[in-house]
Amino acid sequence: MKPVLALLVAVVALAPFASSSQYLVNIAMLTAFSAFIGQGWNISGGFGGLTSFGHAVFFGVGAYTVAILQTRWGINPWLGLPAAFVLGGLVGAGIGFLSFRAGLRGSYFALVTLAFAEVFRVLSNSSDLTHGGLGINVKLQLGAANFQFADRRASYAVVLVLLAGATAIAAWLKRSRFGARLVAVRENEDAAQALGVGLVRTKTAALALSGALTALGGVVYTQTYLYIDPSIAFGVERSVEMLLVVMIGGAGTVWGPILGAIALHLIADVSRTWIDTPGFAPMLYGVVLLAIIAALPGGIAGLKGRLGRA
Amino acid sequence: MLEVRALSKRFGGLQAVKAVDLDVRAGSITGLIGPNGAGKTTTFAMIAGFIRPDSGSVRLDGADVTRLRPDRIAARGMVRTFQVTQPFAGLSVAENIRVGAFLRTADAAEATARARAIGTRLGLGAFLDRPAAALTVAGRKRLEVARALATNPKLLLLDEVMAGLNPSEINEIVALIRDVRAGGVTILLIEHIMQAVAALAEQVYVLAEGALIASGTPRDIAGNPAVIEAYLGHGAAARMARHA
Repeated sequence: MKPVLALLVAVVALAPFASSSQYLVNIAMLTAFSAFIGQGWNISGGFGGLTSFGHAVFFGVGAYTVAILQTRWGINPWLGLPAAFVLGGLVGAGIGFLSFRAGLRGSYFALVTLAFAEVFRVLSNSSDLTHGGLGINVKLQLGAANFQFADRRASYAVVLVLLAGATAIAAWLKRSRFGARLVAVRENEDAAQALGVGLVRTKTAALALSGALTALGGVVYTQTYLYIDPSIAFGVERSVEMLLVVMIGGAGTVWGPILGAIALHLIADVSRTWIDTPGFAPMLYGVVLLAIIAALPGGIAGLKGRLGRA
Repeated sequence: MLEVRALSKRFGGLQAVKAVDLDVRAGSITGLIGPNGAGKTTTFAMIAGFIRPDSGSVRLDGADVTRLRPDRIAARGMVRTFQVTQPFAGLSVAENIRVGAFLRTADAAEATARARAIGTRLGLGAFLDRPAAALTVAGRKRLEVARALATNPKLLLLDEVMAGLNPSEINEIVALIRDVRAGGVTILLIEHIMQAVAALAEQVYVLAEGALIASGTPRDIAGNPAVIEAYLGHGAAARMARHA
């Protein structure tokens, strides 16, 4: 099952490179992008059970990091990747440490993350550093050296590499001590602690790693669309997208975010050809999420009926 | 190995544990018994770091561990099990035990091998790849012990591992606990069932209404009027003496 699945994913992932259809490449890019930031969410939300409603905070930090670095200080946007990774990790560690030391769990933690994202949105709306509500325009300077690609297939390739990396990290979580401890904390905090697992340390590390990865998604966003503003960066839609992709695909599984992203974009695209009313897609997402929670709590990856082995 | 001194805890208006002193000698099996609500589990939770005591101290191998977090105490070699079993329900039995094994090694292959070996030794061999949630009560009690053992503890705190088991299951777990001690692990066990403790422990402490009322060998304890009264009610010792 596993090699077949991997092969299938590889073929589907690489097909757009053989195509000249902008439409197909675009869909592939958006899908891989959702899968990547979904995988970021999955590290903490899926494996660690740290359900976050505000992961856009990391996405936005990454997006603004690269935008500010190049427009203010002329720093090459490729360096935005490591910078965003570090900043996203620090923000994750900060939010995690404060929340987990205070013992916040479950829906309380989810609401706090939502609040953090809102705080960042409000701050970026009023700060000079981020150009307030006007947002930041990145000057068009096409060229690989500037991390700006005329051919969307190149952006897609970057996202695929990131997705492969994030998926490798998820696969490592399945095998490693850190992953085992993180899952143990999700399943039962008291028991984990009794077996020598430090709760605050483990959860904070998971949120930092998740934040670092998700921030890379923000960098790619800014370099693809060359514009970022507070609502795009820290809006709740982005947080919901990540959560949705993981819930549909299968939380705490290696392939879940990829399966979820494919399913979500298939649904969105097919529905758009039928009904092009604004607001229809989010409504449909809601229905799909409800259906998944009711009928398939393990997501698509849980279909196989075996615990988290996908 | 373990020295508990004047350990106390109050919950609101209830003095749950009053100045408990307790010693566990290295290599021994020591029992802590008492009727329901005597404060056994609270005492245990304080020793293992899950509840912060109001006063008193806990020393492990001479080092003060009174205010350490449970995970730190576990890392120092004192590991507890739970009376109400706390499996990682979504994980397999082997994965459950592996979490314990990871306390002593970062190597995944080594942790897995150790987890499977311990699981097999504790009679969970046939269930290693089954979900922990599918185990029976007896199986879950074994899983508690297996996980704790996988951390390679010096001192194992067993919280009512026999409660809810039938007589033949109790015999099996008594044999298992002896086997664990033979492997060099010191054991402090809480039990409600006095016979089970008498069969295992060299030294027994009796807790009633939060205070220690007796300690000694199981034989001393069984004939102690204060203990009989704590279990059977006021005047019971006198009635038993009349009938004897």
